[in-house]
Amino acid sequence: MIPGPKRPEAPTEEAVQDPSVARPPYLYPDYRATRLRAPRRPLVVLPERLLDPGGPVFGELTPHQLEADLTRQHKGEPLGQRIIVAGTLRDGSGRPIRGQLIEIWQANAAGRYAHQGDQHPAPLDPNFTGTGRLLTDSEGRYRFVTIRPGAYPWQNNPNAWRPAHIHFSVFGTAFDQRLVTQMYFPGDPLMATDPISSAIEPRARRRMVSDLDLGLTVEQWALGYRFDIVVEGSAATPFEEVGRA
Amino acid sequence: MSGAGNTPSQTAGPYIAMGFSWPGRERLLDPGEPGALELEGQVLDGAGQPVPDAAVEIWQADAGGAFPGPGPARWPGFGRCLTDEEGHFRFTTVKPGRLAAPGGVLQAPHIEVQVFGRGLLRQLFTRIYFADEEEANAQDPALAAIPDRDARATLLAQPTATGYHFDIVLQGERETVFFAR
Ligand SMILES: [Fe+2]
Repeated sequence: MIPGPKRPEAPTEEAVQDPSVARPPYLYPDYRATRLRAPRRPLVVLPERLLDPGGPVFGELTPHQLEADLTRQHKGEPLGQRIIVAGTLRDGSGRPIRGQLIEIWQANAAGRYAHQGDQHPAPLDPNFTGTGRLLTDSEGRYRFVTIRPGAYPWQNNPNAWRPAHIHFSVFGTAFDQRLVTQMYFPGDPLMATDPISSAIEPRARRRMVSDLDLGLTVEQWALGYRFDIVVEGSAATPFEEVGRA
Repeated sequence: MSGAGNTPSQTAGPYIAMGFSWPGRERLLDPGEPGALELEGQVLDGAGQPVPDAAVEIWQADAGGAFPGPGPARWPGFGRCLTDEEGHFRFTTVKPGRLAAPGGVLQAPHIEVQVFGRGLLRQLFTRIYFADEEEANAQDPALAAIPDRDARATLLAQPTATGYHFDIVLQGERETVFFAR
């Protein structure tokens, strides 16, 4: 019998000081790839006044560069369970982030990415690429149509499986608010042995788990999952205040 | 939703290129335009090996020290480049002008940098300065905040025939200075 993976270590004290601002440590040995990629020297703290140089906005993106429906990018429909993933993008003080870019990428229903590096022997789906992007609306809301991704094995440790997830990359108002994360599905037992989600303090981990939301479903067509995203901090400095020399 | 707490960061994973692919976004201006230069380098891990599954993002002022304002902006300020199999990245950009920080201190020309990738549970934050700006660098408040004087050199891009070279060393002897955010 192949042994199951052991439960990852809880994050260190340092990483759990403030559960309202939850961050993973850079070095988290249970996730092996951090061992040679985490800086070992202390991070340098900058004076507060140097911190907010604004950030990019992407209003110039044209609709054809944006793709919020991942089930309509090919001739046929992808296999798998059609779902709607929607929510609101906000900053740390609860303000919606309007007209800002959200990018997602994910495996297909069989747990296989349309990426040449993915050697998992599960079928590719000719009707599914698994990438999408959009701009949030005037109230910070977003909505993707996709299919539920499958769980997939990886090489991190013996018999390791990632819980089903969708990768998210979002922009805040300031560049410092950039966030890359993963959205998980409610009740997934694979999270307990997953070293990537386990790098987050347990009370904060649930903020990466979407909620099944019947209000988001389209009857007779697709289930809906709500995933609200909160980036750190709030936009303190409007552009006009950024000085020039 | 105030007080609800932030959404924690997770790694972009090995297939970062799927989500981050954005052809042309490594060019902040046309290579033929005045001031255009090539800013290139390599992302290396703690064993000195290239990191092929990462992305480098930059945010910077234009040559006059201005960030893009609201409305249609000619200067995008933002660039993104995925690393190739050799860990290389390459931007076409300009050397930014000096920026005033609140309090009247002038900052040396610099570029804000974030690094994403497999093995990075959260992005890394650093800054690119320019080795040929000695006088401005000597007065820069962010460089001055780095306690280890020798380590400041890890943030200096070196002039090349076509622009500047800047390696991002995630770990080890030549480890780049990263900032807390
Ligand atoms: Fe993934």
